[in-house]
Amino acid sequence: MAQYLLAVMHDDDYSDVDFQSPDMQRIVGQVSALNEEAQKTGVWMFGAGLAPAASATVVRSVDGQVSMTDGPYAETKEQMGGFWIIDVPDLDAALEWAGKCSAACERPIEVRPADG
Amino acid sequence: MSDELDAVFRREAGRCTATLIRVLGDVDLAEDAVAEAFAIAADHWPRKGMPPNPGGWIVTTARNRAIDRLRRESTRTDRHIAAHRLHLEDMEPDDTPELDELDAFVDVVADDQLRLMFLCCHPALAADAQVALTLRLLGGLETEEIARQFLVPEATMAQRIVRAKRKLRDNHAPYRIPRPAELPDRLHVVLAAIYLIYTEGHRATSGDALTRTDLSSEAIRLGRVLVELMPDEPEAVGLLALMLLTDARRPARTNDDGSMIRLADQDRSRWDRALIAEGHDLVRACLRRNQPGPFQIQAAIAAVHADAPTSKDTDWSQIVALYDQLYALRPNAIVAVNRAIAVAELDGPHAGLDALAALDLTLLDDYQPYHAARADLLARAGEHAAALAAYDRAIELSAIPSEQQFLRDQRAAVSA
Repeated sequence: MAQYLLAVMHDDDYSDVDFQSPDMQRIVGQVSALNEEAQKTGVWMFGAGLAPAASATVVRSVDGQVSMTDGPYAETKEQMGGFWIIDVPDLDAALEWAGKCSAACERPIEVRPADG
Repeated sequence: MSDELDAVFRREAGRCTATLIRVLGDVDLAEDAVAEAFAIAADHWPRKGMPPNPGGWIVTTARNRAIDRLRRESTRTDRHIAAHRLHLEDMEPDDTPELDELDAFVDVVADDQLRLMFLCCHPALAADAQVALTLRLLGGLETEEIARQFLVPEATMAQRIVRAKRKLRDNHAPYRIPRPAELPDRLHVVLAAIYLIYTEGHRATSGDALTRTDLSSEAIRLGRVLVELMPDEPEAVGLLALMLLTDARRPARTNDDGSMIRLADQDRSRWDRALIAEGHDLVRACLRRNQPGPFQIQAAIAAVHADAPTSKDTDWSQIVALYDQLYALRPNAIVAVNRAIAVAELDGPHAGLDALAALDLTLLDDYQPYHAARADLLARAGEHAAALAAYDRAIELSAIPSEQQFLRDQRAAVSA
């Protein structure tokens, strides 16, 4: 078995998304159903939505000195808004799940193998 | 001897590599083992004579060498196989097989080449990486040769291949034939990669014609392997037919100086009749299955051309009908422009121009064949000034010297 990160990609800031809107309600329902399926089939290891990138803090340890800076590590337009970690036999299975995840959250998914 | 060895290498390298990847679970180890076996052959065969079954000899030698090496470096075995770099199916060794058990898995399985095709053409790889990996692993071409064929520096090609292999390994890409549900999409990627290799070889007709011709032949060889392994896939048969029927025109496509001759102006007596006959048989065989697909339709179009003794005698109404069918499946600029050219042959240049005018210009402005086709139709319709402007745009967009020369000659004929 191999683990993969399925990252939900956003092209823009989603900090002002209204979770009560019909669109978001639909997506939340789809994602819940998907999570349930992933848990039932045993591929689910973890998954969560993330607070917007503006909430990020970058921590660095250099020569034993820990410093912190505000903001995301990279100031890019595309940000990870959530993720799953799944445990499946191979890449093709991971891609199949990524397809389901993309359909559920209505966002592109970046698939990255975990170097286990 | 070296020619014979070369021929054996071309024929067997991909098959051997495919089997050893399954046995060893690692692409690089398999490549090394096959290279080693051919090096031994180059030493032994000239002295002792070619063995009766050279391919079998190579597989056995590569297998034995690889297993010897794994025995010598047993820690490496564990590391490689346990690392599970390429995910193996249940029928293959366990994560840590006994080395004796390994022997049982090394018989050549016809499916191995198919697995390797699907691995090289994994949709997680970019098209240029799929093509490079296919030529490297299934074609046995050296990285330097592939780089030369695609006109990129060797270092660029080497990096492309290394990255592709690493991506497949890091991602645990499976070494298997896709399940029936995945098969149509996955097969299409394989077919597209083989056709890309073919067109790359077919397109260039200038100074490096000889080496690029090899690329077309390699694509046809891969097409034959695929049809042999998947005889029930009509699109695979359609692709092979398309390549054979296109290749049949090769002797008539260029002048002695390498410049291009249009289909309409080709000396059809120079077309390769044996290839046409084979292509026709394949087209008929796959159309009988009545599961039309883009490659089959393109092959059918090529077959209609091959049937006509002259361009004038071509059954253009059938060609327009086939392009309509193709456009329904693949509504893209290439198909639309070719359809317009066929319409012009059927109903005259004005009808062809009307068909072009109906297309979305914003998508076509950078598309050289659109401007070349429009220039030709405008010239035939007597609209010379507009034709010259269209030729200028087509020449500007062309990157192939022989094609530019052809367009300049056409333009000169209009202004004269």
